[in-house]
Amino acid sequence: MKIITCIKQVPDSEAKVTAQNGQPSWGEAPLVINPFDEYAVEAALLQREAQDGEVIALCIGPDSAKDALKHALAMGADSAILVSDPALGALDSQGAARVLAAAIQKIGGADLAIFGRQTLDEGTGLTVSQTARALGWPLLSFAGSIKAEGGKITVERVIEEGKQTVSAAAPAVLSVVQSIGEPRYPSFMGIRKASKAVIPVWTLADLDIAAPAPVVTRAELLNPPVRDQACEMLTGETPEAIAETLVEKILAEKVL
Amino acid sequence: MKTWAYIDHFQGEPVPASWEALGVAKTFGEVTAVILGAGLDALAQIALEYGADSVLVADDPALADYRAEAFAATLTALITDSAPQAIFLPTTTRTREVAAMSAFDLASGVLVDVTALEAQDETILATRPVYEGKLFEKVTCSARPQFITLRARAFPKPARQAGRSGAITKAAAQAESKTSVEGFTPAETNVNLADAGVVVSGGRGVANDPAKGFGLIGDLAKTIGGAVGASRAAVDANYIPYAHQVGQTGKVVSPDLYVAVGISGAVQHLVGMRSSKVVVAVNKDAEAPIFTQARYGVVADLFTFLPILNAAFKKKLGK
Amino acid sequence: MDFSLSADHRMAQKMVRDFAQKEVAPVIKEFDRKQEPIPWVYRRMGELGLLGICLPEKYGGQGMDYISLGLACEELEAVDTHLRVAMSVHTGLCALTLLQWGSEEQKQRLLVPLARGEKIGCGAFTEPGMGSDVAAMQTSAKREGDSYLLNGEKMWISLAANADFALVTARSDSKAAKPAEALSSFLVDLSSPGVTRGALHGKLGVRAGVTGWLKFDNVRVPLENRIGAEGEGFKITMSGFDHGRYTVASGATGIIRACRDASVAYAQNREAFGKPIAEYQLIQQKIAQMAQDYEIARLLYLRVGWMKNEGLRPTLETSYAKKFASEASFHAASEAIQIHGAYGYSNEYDVERHLRNARGAMIYEGSSEIQTLIQAGYALGQRQNKALRCELPPYQG
Repeated sequence: MKIITCIKQVPDSEAKVTAQNGQPSWGEAPLVINPFDEYAVEAALLQREAQDGEVIALCIGPDSAKDALKHALAMGADSAILVSDPALGALDSQGAARVLAAAIQKIGGADLAIFGRQTLDEGTGLTVSQTARALGWPLLSFAGSIKAEGGKITVERVIEEGKQTVSAAAPAVLSVVQSIGEPRYPSFMGIRKASKAVIPVWTLADLDIAAPAPVVTRAELLNPPVRDQACEMLTGETPEAIAETLVEKILAEKVL
Repeated sequence: MKTWAYIDHFQGEPVPASWEALGVAKTFGEVTAVILGAGLDALAQIALEYGADSVLVADDPALADYRAEAFAATLTALITDSAPQAIFLPTTTRTREVAAMSAFDLASGVLVDVTALEAQDETILATRPVYEGKLFEKVTCSARPQFITLRARAFPKPARQAGRSGAITKAAAQAESKTSVEGFTPAETNVNLADAGVVVSGGRGVANDPAKGFGLIGDLAKTIGGAVGASRAAVDANYIPYAHQVGQTGKVVSPDLYVAVGISGAVQHLVGMRSSKVVVAVNKDAEAPIFTQARYGVVADLFTFLPILNAAFKKKLGK
Repeated sequence: MDFSLSADHRMAQKMVRDFAQKEVAPVIKEFDRKQEPIPWVYRRMGELGLLGICLPEKYGGQGMDYISLGLACEELEAVDTHLRVAMSVHTGLCALTLLQWGSEEQKQRLLVPLARGEKIGCGAFTEPGMGSDVAAMQTSAKREGDSYLLNGEKMWISLAANADFALVTARSDSKAAKPAEALSSFLVDLSSPGVTRGALHGKLGVRAGVTGWLKFDNVRVPLENRIGAEGEGFKITMSGFDHGRYTVASGATGIIRACRDASVAYAQNREAFGKPIAEYQLIQQKIAQMAQDYEIARLLYLRVGWMKNEGLRPTLETSYAKKFASEASFHAASEAIQIHGAYGYSNEYDVERHLRNARGAMIYEGSSEIQTLIQAGYALGQRQNKALRCELPPYQG
């Protein structure tokens, strides 16, 4: 079984991100593999363990995004590919999908392409569906478990309303949710392998496509409005008195 | 501007934020509500009552189960016939997929999880959170139609006018799909946090007696008509099922009132509730970061304070 | 000179940090209060390869370098000292000493299970009546044919209750001319008949860690478990301290960092007289001191890690690193409590635990006074590094 896991590099969740001159800035905070994509790597590794085969991590990004790929390698992925090109500065989700689809085709296809459910940066959650569309593969989204048998992929989709069992013939595009299993830590052996790995970098010319023109463009990047109100700590003689004050305050806010 | 509202539903049960999408669409003039599924007569009538001027339904047994490809292909065909300028949708797991695929088919784009918008001529300038809500961006879509999915509770819900009528047009479904639905198990508790106006959440503070703690939280939620949420710590510790989790790896909520009980306020939790209108924090640690997000704070042990607070609400609300 | 960490250092650091922060940090206060070990923690450290992090792959280890050992200790102790203590006694005192002094046969037989984390090792040097004065130890090992009979008592032994093996130093020759030549080292299987052990309670700090005593009553230790030659026990023990002190130094650096970070966060949020206390210079001075001490401690231990990688003996450098970091960590924890005010004094916050935990490192594995004597000895030319029969192998990559 050949599994491609599509990952992205994003600022660490703990990072303080601010808008500076229209650009996001996270200071010295580290860039990490998108946390949701760690579940995608975990899902791919679990499938490999169940089915045998190989796991290829794929990422679009600048050269520094190799660190995210190295994380996937250290977790146990067999190989990694970075798609990087100066012309890819303003990709929207659809453009990213076209580039990923081209890269997946250049790899020679796969049985599964597994994504995390969304990224922490743009957070649109669109790319996975659009990659399925670009490849013409079925989409099995929000998979909480995956079963692959004789070319048939069955997933249990975890959705608000319950759990839905859906199947499709491979190759398929999947997105996974947390119930797939906590991502393993990189192993020290994996770390040693990853740090020595030479990650190939593919340009648009290698993929034989032009830079997709963005349809969605950002006009402005804004810091959130400053909270003008400090927290009012309620005190009183007795808990009953505090509770009464709190109830009055909440009712005065007219939010019930 | 020719504007559509997409009514999202699960097996005929509408997602409340669909009506908010309808309300927003209506501000641009005449609105057609689009509904895909099977057995949609009742839903089409409700759409008219919430303000749709006409309803376009692709009502076909083949669409009884939601499948992204079939829904997207159907929507793409409808759009190709009518060429709307903008389609407003509630943001749900389904609409993200349907909009993404249909937009891809039509070489257009989706503005996702929009919290505010303005129109410049016929182009929508949409505000949406990025970087986990740490920043906001204003985005536009240069192609047509513009798909705009709205964050639940970010826009007002229009009033329903019983008996309001309008044209209901049937359209063909494109039922082809590479996926097949083999089964469905409904969730034991349907926790619709995204649409809740009031959320009462618990965290690790219940550790001494998790069952009792979440019992008290549930009691308070019941009194004030809220849904029960939880921090990741509480879910990871198996105090409560994942469906209740608020935060980066759970649900993003924006209720009018968010009561955080025994939640310290890790960044991962804050990103899930920071757009709540009024936040109340109850924590025995006066320095817990949750207080930086709260409008009202009480330093107290939840096991003693919650019953007292619940009683005070009951008295005031006459329950 | 390159001060940057390599990609594998950074990945290892993040992995250990994630483990400590995600799995241990949420429960540490509870176990520290109960004064009980976290039941799964050593097994988990073994599974993750931490216990064999810097041991060669051919002996069942993870094959990382010695700098990675230090980085791991920093991350572990930033959450709680007892995690680092396991690295000190198992990986430092026991396994690295075996790697340095053991025969090839002993490495295959004894080091492999330790490196894989399947067996836990500890180091047993201190006795009820003896600490720094190693040459004065009473535990005896009497040769009888193909084995030794071990008698005596060891005290303040970290992991005594959990360990499968102890590296024990004992007096094998009561008539040796120099006291240092009277000692030999043994890897003792703690399931042997005649071994009794127990836990010690009432420690000021490291309360989630188990410290105990071992008693040997005619314990038969086979000859093949003697590490090094008879009479090399003192040198072997001192080598062990080089390794152990390195982990203490790097771990204490983690306490300084944790105290700095806690203080920065608190000072930015806590207001007094109408502004965050971070804006007051007396608070800033304390934070600057922690920031500076962290950098110094870090550079000192990283140099030791580098020297170990290169096969250079870092006894003096380790002494600098250990004394500085352990003292600075205690000071940082004390100042962090001061910044936190009354909250810092309560066990709702981590800084009081860091203070209790930091204090021990000024005593164990060579007290600050012993470190001072070592440093003076080198400075005055009374001590120098003499070639050893067995040196720690340099990092092979």
